[in-house]
Amino acid sequence: MSWFTDFTNSSLGKKFIMALTGTLLMLFLIVHFIGNMMLYFGPAAFQKYVETLETVKPLVRVIEIILALIFIFHIYNGVRLWWQNKKADPAKYAVNASRENSDVFSRSMAITGSVIFLFLAFHLSTFWATFNFGTHPETEYPFYTIVSDWFRVPYYSIIYIVSMGFLGFHLNHAFQSAFQTFGLNHKKYTPLIKKIGTVYAVIMALGFASIPFYFLMGGK
Amino acid sequence: MSDNHITLKLKIWRQENKNAKGHFDEFNQKVSPDSSILEMLDEVNNKLEAEGKIPIAFESDCREGICGTCGLAVNGHPHGPLPKTATCQLHMRNFKDGETLYIEPFRAAAFQVIKDLIVDRSGFDKIQQAGGYTSFNTGSAPDANAIPISKTNADLSLDAAECIGCGACVAACKNSSAMLFVSAKVSQFALLPQGQPERYDRVQAMVKVMDENFFGSCTNTYACEAECPKGISVSNIARMNRDYFKAKLCEEKVEG
Repeated sequence: MSWFTDFTNSSLGKKFIMALTGTLLMLFLIVHFIGNMMLYFGPAAFQKYVETLETVKPLVRVIEIILALIFIFHIYNGVRLWWQNKKADPAKYAVNASRENSDVFSRSMAITGSVIFLFLAFHLSTFWATFNFGTHPETEYPFYTIVSDWFRVPYYSIIYIVSMGFLGFHLNHAFQSAFQTFGLNHKKYTPLIKKIGTVYAVIMALGFASIPFYFLMGGK
Repeated sequence: MSDNHITLKLKIWRQENKNAKGHFDEFNQKVSPDSSILEMLDEVNNKLEAEGKIPIAFESDCREGICGTCGLAVNGHPHGPLPKTATCQLHMRNFKDGETLYIEPFRAAAFQVIKDLIVDRSGFDKIQQAGGYTSFNTGSAPDANAIPISKTNADLSLDAAECIGCGACVAACKNSSAMLFVSAKVSQFALLPQGQPERYDRVQAMVKVMDENFFGSCTNTYACEAECPKGISVSNIARMNRDYFKAKLCEEKVEG
């Protein structure tokens, strides 16, 4: 298996893993996004959606484990790359010209990624833990109530909205960067990929952030 | 000669050797707008030598923008702020009277400062020695057009071959990645029929040596492309990625 570890330890191999896990996570986000949008169809629709997921619980668990592994690989590789890249470039210039030769999204991937990681830990310890193992409120549509109760707490909603901004920054670079890493760069479609990436990032960030915003503004 | 000289405040990096701690020396220099930045440094050195001081060490060779020897960072930009311009072709008319210029060596762990503005770019030589060539006997001159080559590929190959190996891509990269350089050297052969026999061995060998020589990895910021004096495209990096992954997945040879 030395050829395989040679590959995963090479700079290009690590980038490939980053892009592959990142792409899978981007696909997961779309699924998550569609699920969240069920909230806008009212408490009953959302209850029905969650209950449907409950009926296929073993499958959900398997997917959760796969997802956790993808996250772990993405984060582990990201930290490894960040550390090695720091070592490769220890000295800074007296004048920082990076603003003039690259965009902020690409330069801040480690920072936005770290914030998203903190957010993920917070998100799992609250919503995911409550949905799966917490005591559910005695209402007609308990899952909807959990969401609306949390998001009526201002600090909680604000953490979510701010984190989604970081997510948008991360995704804006991530989308087109994944294509480049896979070797998919062509003047025919690269400009379009960059645009789609930005649209995707904006939809994800605004869409996810709209939910805490909706409840914070007094949405029922 | 008309006196339309400008006066610049120069902060130039001085460092005695690899292990010494460097610092900026300040010079107020009156300079002709028609002189290049290297000619300006020559003038500073003349003055230093006249005063019995040690001149500033910097590299240059052709001074025509085609050899890749010169290279220093001006205000954080490798080869200065002008796009697609090598240091030797950077003229002082691009700067305003009274402006402050920070002149530094290329910064990267892989490029250790040898003295003042001179860095050790032997990492690039090692990468080239690992595969930046084709190994077959050329024999006598072949007939013209004996090997058909598509115009598109010939153009792209020559675009990649424009790389002068100066190291600006490494110096511009926040990770000090050599991807643009290596991908240009890989692409110039990958696009030509003559490069095919060793195509996949070449990319694997060169990436391996690149990784061994303390160059970082690519974050796709494309700062390299923006600072490259020859405008080498990052589409070469994508080509190298493709070839590398294909080599790892499909090549018959197991060790690469």
